[in-house]
Amino acid sequence: MFAIYKKEMRTYFTTPLGYVFIAVFLAVSGFLFAVSTMQLQTSDISGYFQMMIFGYIVILPLLTMRSFAEERRTKTEQILMTSPVSITGMVMAKFLAAFTMFFATVLVSCLYYIPLTGYTEYPNYGKAAGCFIAMLLIGMCFIAVGIFVSTLTESPVTASIGTMGILIGFAGAALFNGLIDSYVIRYILSWISVYSRYVNFTYGMFDIAATVYYISITAIFLFLAIRIYERRRYA
Amino acid sequence: MIEISNLVKNYGSKFAVDDISFKVGKGEIVGFLGPNGAGKSTTMNILTGYLSSTSGTAKVGGIDILENPYEAKKLIGFLPEQPPVYPDMTVNEYLNFVYEIKRCKLHREKHLAEIRQVTKIEDVKTRLIKNLSKGYRQRVGIAQALVGNPPIIIFDEPTVGLDPKQIIEIRNLIRNLGQTHTVILSTHILTEVQAVCDRIIIINEGKIIADERTENITKVVEENRRYSVKICGPQRDVLSAIREIPGVVYAEITGERELDSYTFHVEAEKGLDIRKPLFHAMSQRNWPIIGLEPIGMNLEEVFVKIMDADLARKKA
Repeated sequence: MFAIYKKEMRTYFTTPLGYVFIAVFLAVSGFLFAVSTMQLQTSDISGYFQMMIFGYIVILPLLTMRSFAEERRTKTEQILMTSPVSITGMVMAKFLAAFTMFFATVLVSCLYYIPLTGYTEYPNYGKAAGCFIAMLLIGMCFIAVGIFVSTLTESPVTASIGTMGILIGFAGAALFNGLIDSYVIRYILSWISVYSRYVNFTYGMFDIAATVYYISITAIFLFLAIRIYERRRYA
Repeated sequence: MIEISNLVKNYGSKFAVDDISFKVGKGEIVGFLGPNGAGKSTTMNILTGYLSSTSGTAKVGGIDILENPYEAKKLIGFLPEQPPVYPDMTVNEYLNFVYEIKRCKLHREKHLAEIRQVTKIEDVKTRLIKNLSKGYRQRVGIAQALVGNPPIIIFDEPTVGLDPKQIIEIRNLIRNLGQTHTVILSTHILTEVQAVCDRIIIINEGKIIADERTENITKVVEENRRYSVKICGPQRDVLSAIREIPGVVYAEITGERELDSYTFHVEAEKGLDIRKPLFHAMSQRNWPIIGLEPIGMNLEEVFVKIMDADLARKKA
């Protein structure tokens, strides 16, 4: 498993993919950050994170689109499948590699927060930390979805577009709740929505239910990815 | 070392592998022969744990590949139809990756250097695989299968894309491997099997239609005996004289000519030696025979014959 993780990490940097990801991520987040905090002269970064959720929809599929699709296209998965490695290990290695890339880039983007401390005397560090953790969890969810979609297809492009589709569904489910009359439908949509669950964090609450939800979504999609691979063997 | 029994793999109503069984002993080199789509690759993929079978079992070294894939896969080195190489790695990076993923315990530098040497990829070890030619990629694929020195080696069409010199080298390599390893290779190049393998398994439409030692394979098909004869004499008269000999079922003029002699192809009835009657018939008429050689059946013909016979059996 560690061998595959190492290989994945190397692939991010021996192909342009890793660099493109980091550049696009930092550019998009930097722009949104400037617009949502500096321009408004505020040190509250919850608005920035709220926007970044939609940024993630476009950027994170870049990380995961290749992971299985490319292996399948070039038939290199055969060496993984015929080596003494479990399918679970293989999926986890690829997931962790993508998450490492994401996490490292997010850490770099933390540099943005430094100038903000100048805007107020008492910045709300607790709230910022809560939002930050929630964003990591949301990113983790999105990566799991991306890994899953990547197992479904041979084409990285299809995988990334498919991932975006699912993520838009997840994040945007409750956006138009104001237009819906039925309470039941509103309730269901906000239950699904990654975005509505994030809202509590912006009030400075650490929402345990939402945390469990994010981790569950991640687990479900990774499990589905493993099942897809096992099923393919039996197809 | 390898035991396959009643293996079946179907995709809906299409049977890719239809109830095949065979055993391969230690140190045997077995050739898997068959036309495209016969089920060669499917069988190999099942044997290596890449695919599962619909029913039946595949055991390597006594371990069932489905029940204990982890242990079984350790015993196998596999070269699939397309070498599973990562284009963005250098040859060395790739071999190191394979070394790690296979949890190889041998001395890393020494072992990998040895493999690079036998597969002759030492001079490209720092190059990116995507920049290598097809032949080199194939050899990297072969090198990959040798990492960890597994006792069973499975090659799916190992010499595809190689030039004639490389083909000979790879065949020698396989023959050498066969002294210490169990090797299965698939191919549709018949001379390759003849040159390398101890045993041939011919499969068609998912079924085994012949399983023989290489030297016996031609005996599987009973065949009339054929000769190529060079005779000095008037072409047409010689031909009709040959046809009159009892036991001759077929004779033709090949069109080959050398001074005053012509070459004929003569086919005799099964189990009959017509060489003596032929000699007497010609000497009576004073037409000297200056050459006589049997036409052996090569594997291509045997192959086609076995396939035809199989087809005929099915129709009957």
